[in-house]
Amino acid sequence: MNKKTWSAMFLLSLLALWLLVACSKKESTNEEQGTSPSSEAKPAATSAPIDPATAAAVSGTVKFDGTAPKPSKIDMSQDPACKGTNTAETIVVDGGNLANVFVYVKDGLGDRTFDVPKDSTTIDQKGCQYHPHVLGVMTGQNIEIRNDDDTTHNIHPTPKDNREWNESQPPKAAALEKTFAREEVMLPVKCNQHPWMKMYLNVLKSPFFAVTGKDGKYEIKGLPPGDYTLAFIHEKLGEQDQKVTLAAKDSKTLDQTFKP
Amino acid sequence: MHLTPPPYNRAHHRFAVLVACATLLLIVAGALVTSNDAGLSVPDWPTSFGSLYKIPKLVGGVKFEHTHRMIAQFVGFLTIILAVWTWRVDPRRWMQYLGWAALGTVVAQGILGGLTVLFYLPPSISSAHAALAQTFFCIAVCIAVFTSHKWMREIPQTVIDQQRPRLFTLTFISILVLYVQLILGAMFRHHGIGWLPHVVNSVVVVFALGWTALRARSHYSHVEAIRTPRNIMLSLLIVQLCLGFLAFTTRVAWGHNAVQPELPMVISTVAHVAVGALLLATTVVLAVQVWRCVPASVAKPVSGMERKPMVA
Repeated sequence: MNKKTWSAMFLLSLLALWLLVACSKKESTNEEQGTSPSSEAKPAATSAPIDPATAAAVSGTVKFDGTAPKPSKIDMSQDPACKGTNTAETIVVDGGNLANVFVYVKDGLGDRTFDVPKDSTTIDQKGCQYHPHVLGVMTGQNIEIRNDDDTTHNIHPTPKDNREWNESQPPKAAALEKTFAREEVMLPVKCNQHPWMKMYLNVLKSPFFAVTGKDGKYEIKGLPPGDYTLAFIHEKLGEQDQKVTLAAKDSKTLDQTFKP
Repeated sequence: MHLTPPPYNRAHHRFAVLVACATLLLIVAGALVTSNDAGLSVPDWPTSFGSLYKIPKLVGGVKFEHTHRMIAQFVGFLTIILAVWTWRVDPRRWMQYLGWAALGTVVAQGILGGLTVLFYLPPSISSAHAALAQTFFCIAVCIAVFTSHKWMREIPQTVIDQQRPRLFTLTFISILVLYVQLILGAMFRHHGIGWLPHVVNSVVVVFALGWTALRARSHYSHVEAIRTPRNIMLSLLIVQLCLGFLAFTTRVAWGHNAVQPELPMVISTVAHVAVGALLLATTVVLAVQVWRCVPASVAKPVSGMERKPMVA
């Protein structure tokens, strides 16, 4: 082969590589569209409907045993538009009560299926922090992501079981609407433009979950009578499980304590 | 066979030095991206926020990522000029090939950089991007050395290597272990592996480079072309070990629970990457000089300007 043939082959290889990259980008865009609310797979019809007359509830308080670490300071100086609370939400303790613990029914629901709520749930980017810091949604439920800051954010979930995506959202842009197809707890979501911005998304097939507030309290209502395992998960302190048996119309209290 | 020495072109050499310096700056910019966890702050490629030419607001992670992209474009542009210039002015065929190799490497590096963005920083691609960056830096430094006045005009002082293993073999092993170290470090930085393999291999690096430096000093300290890179290599190795310890302390020991990259961990890790690149390039230069000045005892020594590999 002469020099011209080699040059032509090299250029063709570069072109092919560029096309490959471009196609992969298009494919990923299509996949992303596939997870949009309009085309999401609806869950199967609800099996064995829960009788509201016999539905039980479980509630309680999650405590932190020990001296709570001082909240880490966040340095937001690299973006002048960031004027939020400059403390991290890694471990939030107020009077011994632990916030941002995700509580859900881990086991005991069998093969039951549940309708996906028609209402969207919201993630708000405000003060260069995510609100809420921990969120629970059902598979296929629409999540509306807003940007209330005067700066561009990018929303980048890093899942293990769902598809990863990374999109930027300029100030005052329309809300992004996203869904997640598979169950996954403590799915990290971050902003690569503001490295301190982090939240955790929990995607479940059942609606039986809650997140503790600043008072450490949670409540899960509407459970059919049965034996359940409740999981309490904190982003730093890990997971703890408790078993509970609920009779018809029961309203049990189940507290949990985390240690540093 | 008698060949006339290639003409020395000062402007060409200075331009090659400029490319090498710009590449080091690019490596620093790339390290800043990783250290500030800003790798995906610009979510698209080859465009930046949908545009090929608009400069976005340089705040937060975008400041690091987009600056890295702009410097990369600049280095790419310089490399095109260098390759064409070398092709036009340097009669040495192998130098012309080296110029094109530099261009090919920088193109491949750009594509790898784009793939890291499109595939959300997979450790394998990101590490390949980090390793190829330093390979390109070594090529740029070599071009600068090969176009220098000393290389082209001065007759090298040659000493026959009667030791075993040969000094060239030792320098080759040093480059190899440094490459392994570079890949392990990059894999750790990009969350592909833990820190232990990188730390363990640093012992191998110290042993290999230490042996090479010792041999170079004990037998060839009178050869300036070897003494200088050997001294720089040894100094950089010591600095690099200190920086490695500092990076480990700030990033792994103190910073594992940090809510964001803190200044001490950014400075120490970026310096560790930059000095690592300099160490690798210096070791490559040492290997090249050893190959030129210390032929093996089995080979018949030839005078510098007539030595076959030196001219096309």
